[in-house]
Amino acid sequence: MRRRVLWTIALAALTLGLAACSGSDLPQDTFDPAADTAQKQKDILIPVLWVAAAVFIVVEGGIVLIAIKYRHRRGHDRIPAQIHGNTRLEIGWTIAPAVVLAFVMVPTISLIWELAERPPDAMHVSAKGYQWWWGFEYTDPEMAVTYGSNGPIVTANVMVVPLGRTVDISVEAAGGLISGLGPDGEPNPDFAVIHSLWAPRLFGKQDAVPGKPAHIVFTPNETGTFWGQCAEFCGLQHGIMKFRIVVMEPAAFEAWAENQRQPAVAPTDPLAKTGLDLFLNGAGNGSCVACHAVGGTDATSPAGPDLTHFADPSRECFAGCNFANTDVEALKAWLRDPNAVKLGAKMPNYQLSEEEVEALTAYLMSLT
Amino acid sequence: MSTVSLRTSEGIVRRPMATTGWWSWFTTVDHKKIGILYGVSSFIFFLVGGLEALLIRAQLYQPDGTLLNADQYNQVFTMHAVTMIFLFVMPMSAAFFNYFIPLMIGARDVAFPRLNAFSFWAFLLGALFLNSSWFLGGAPNGGWFGYAPNSTTDLTAGMTFYALGLLITGIASTAGAVNLAVTVVNMRAPGMSLFRMPVFVWMGLVVQLLLAFSLPIITVALVEMLADRRWDTAFFDPVRGGDPILWQHLFWLFGHPEVYILILPAFGIISEIIPVFSRKPLFGYQFVVFSGIAIGFIGFGVWAHHMFAAGLGPVANTAFAVSTAIIAIPTGVKIFNWMATMYGGDLRLASPMLFSIGTVTMFVIGGLSGVTHSVVPSDYQQTDTYYVVAHFHYVLFGGAVFGLFGGLYYWWPKVFAHHLNEAMGKTHFWLMIVGFNLTFGPMHVLGLQGMIRRQYTYPEALGLTFWNQAATAGSFLIAVSVLLFVVNVVVSSRRAKELEHEDPWDARTLEWMTSSPPPAHNFDQIPTVGSVDEYWHRKYAEDEEGRVVRVPAGAAPPYDEGHAGSGGHGIHLPGPSFWPLVAAFGLPLIGYGIIYTWWLVGAGVVVMLVGFYGWALEPSVAD
Repeated sequence: MRRRVLWTIALAALTLGLAACSGSDLPQDTFDPAADTAQKQKDILIPVLWVAAAVFIVVEGGIVLIAIKYRHRRGHDRIPAQIHGNTRLEIGWTIAPAVVLAFVMVPTISLIWELAERPPDAMHVSAKGYQWWWGFEYTDPEMAVTYGSNGPIVTANVMVVPLGRTVDISVEAAGGLISGLGPDGEPNPDFAVIHSLWAPRLFGKQDAVPGKPAHIVFTPNETGTFWGQCAEFCGLQHGIMKFRIVVMEPAAFEAWAENQRQPAVAPTDPLAKTGLDLFLNGAGNGSCVACHAVGGTDATSPAGPDLTHFADPSRECFAGCNFANTDVEALKAWLRDPNAVKLGAKMPNYQLSEEEVEALTAYLMSLT
Repeated sequence: MSTVSLRTSEGIVRRPMATTGWWSWFTTVDHKKIGILYGVSSFIFFLVGGLEALLIRAQLYQPDGTLLNADQYNQVFTMHAVTMIFLFVMPMSAAFFNYFIPLMIGARDVAFPRLNAFSFWAFLLGALFLNSSWFLGGAPNGGWFGYAPNSTTDLTAGMTFYALGLLITGIASTAGAVNLAVTVVNMRAPGMSLFRMPVFVWMGLVVQLLLAFSLPIITVALVEMLADRRWDTAFFDPVRGGDPILWQHLFWLFGHPEVYILILPAFGIISEIIPVFSRKPLFGYQFVVFSGIAIGFIGFGVWAHHMFAAGLGPVANTAFAVSTAIIAIPTGVKIFNWMATMYGGDLRLASPMLFSIGTVTMFVIGGLSGVTHSVVPSDYQQTDTYYVVAHFHYVLFGGAVFGLFGGLYYWWPKVFAHHLNEAMGKTHFWLMIVGFNLTFGPMHVLGLQGMIRRQYTYPEALGLTFWNQAATAGSFLIAVSVLLFVVNVVVSSRRAKELEHEDPWDARTLEWMTSSPPPAHNFDQIPTVGSVDEYWHRKYAEDEEGRVVRVPAGAAPPYDEGHAGSGGHGIHLPGPSFWPLVAAFGLPLIGYGIIYTWWLVGAGVVVMLVGFYGWALEPSVAD
């Protein structure tokens, strides 16, 4: 009787679970795909889940029924027939699962190869994992910037792509360029370690292995802002190594790209001008340009996030998407002491004065 | 018997003689006492690992949890896995193998009793060494899988403790594996051919061979990790010509057989319990045995399914998808045979049987989600999410831990000569299975909804709060059920009544032929074995119409050899020894020495050498 109750509970839980999986609007729901790759990865799982559900019901139901039907009854001592086995049955339940699995394997293998294909006309972006944020570089020639040595457009924490365009992401591990200082002044370098790029509604994971670039290909079929995060444990702040992929209509994307090709706007506001000066020439007891680049200025270090268009509306978030870019107070808190708001962050506490924090904030918020 | 009645010959140091008293636990070489030592210490580590699990669940109870910070969380989840795998399930399995393999094959002890003691002490000291890191600057924080280069570049000493601690416990497991494998191969009672061995002993043999072949691989990997961390080598540093993927291959080439090292003992246990409580022989004995062996072999060929997202390419991913699917077949064969054993039986649903049924039903769920992992494109989505966390907890908690609890309830009267309270046992089972499913069932959903593993916090916007709260509630229900087990152990031993029968479950195998607890020499007479389930066949025969009838008591076959009626006198048994403990004590000294100061390494080596020489030159005991 209690088994039957349990059985009911299990079924109810299963139903609830399946209900919870479908039709939600959760930002990282793998069952709500918005690109061909995630769609295929979902579509191949669903029939397998049905097969698994059927096996589940037959086997678990069988065990529960047997346990109820043949349970010992008080006062009915009996010694059952001593059956040692049955070769036909054994062969049967060896072959049956093999056949089922063969049916599962055929589409699996074909999709493995399909997803490994790299169409030649795709847009190329390299995604670089640092401790603990993602940088994106648009490596196609038409995506070069107009300043400096005409390198690729570089963004941090956010990748912007046009709707319907196939994107070929080269997933790489970067880092190893910073020997920052931790909260107690101990060394806190940015190591090149393994990360994994994952945007559940767009594509499954690809690990970023140092020295071994690998690829993800996907074509978004819905506009919007899609969430992603690093999926391979990569050290202290693995939990807050998130990113966004913004999918725009092609025209909007072209306007975005045009803005990104330009150098940073020169500040006009006096406070922001002070901020620029601090940024380039040192603030507190440290230097911003040791790690950060701002296009069109002398700041060109590739070690930390590129800040050229820090306040562009597409730049959703900063510090591994821990904070919204529009959150000025969060930015000030970050500048005061990065480790206080994100333990282990590689940006040192430069003991900035409140005036310096205000000026740098004004400058950063002017970089549209 | 307070001392072994043996004469001590000349030697440098007197050999310890006491077999009772607290000191005897440090010098014992009796496989039964060592089994109990393994059981008690691994259960304590189960409680430690459980506390770590509760910390994880408490942290994740709500979004933006602040109970633990990122640093503490990484240590806790790493040590939860390391503790549960290396300090609980493996040594708890070793406890069962140690205690019952000799009894079930009709042997007086294991092949190398002092090596057995060394294994235990090396395990315990290695475990304490690992956990001492909590107080010495922080526990390991790179995950139990320790992926390089994150694990080799981290600046805290945690992962050095990890490498050294697992090397020490690995030495313990290797010595134990060789010992038990030799025992099974060489020390079976007359007439016990390989295919008359109980399935538990078979699974024991398979597990020892898996250990013997897989531990060298992790040993190589750990030494390389240690060298990268401590001596600036570059095995896993791509900038200097190393390869981070090398670590993954080595780790998982050990790590996947390890999964079967963890689960096959439980499969062996329930393959004993289900027939006894169904009053039927195990259905398809040979098929269950061969599928266990097949799992052992194929288990070495599926490791890269942990690495589908690592970028090995479509050829490798295809090959390992197929091998992963194939390993489901022998596993399924076992499930069907257990079902067929129950079918038509007279099922006594006592605690051991409930936990065994729990093992089968929960393992099926883990097996089915395991098959979905072989669908590689879909695994790109599920890997490193809570879907995988759900999967392997259904396999290792639902499978292994339920099975181990089944074994505890089943063999408790054999070891301690009293039953555990049955009502509390049943309550334990129902609380645990409900708590277990409430904890890990929702994790399937969480994973599919995009919750990654090993993140110390999640934002409310991900919409994961409800199922996380359900999982946390479930984990505390599991904790209550484990507490109830502890209470049961205490209460049952306080109110212990003598067993009415030496054979309370009407069992089938040799360990129940001797007294409970068994004498130091196990059997007055070594039984001669004529069939699988020898003891059952001594109790039951078929009458003229093919019905099974009980053989009158005292009508045991007269052909057993040995020292009938001697009460154990004149049987050669190895004497106690403290040298294994001394030798094992050198290992953590070397470990601390590698971390802190070289002279301690020298001291550790000297202690080990003293231990081994004392061991080798120890006066023999013989009559």
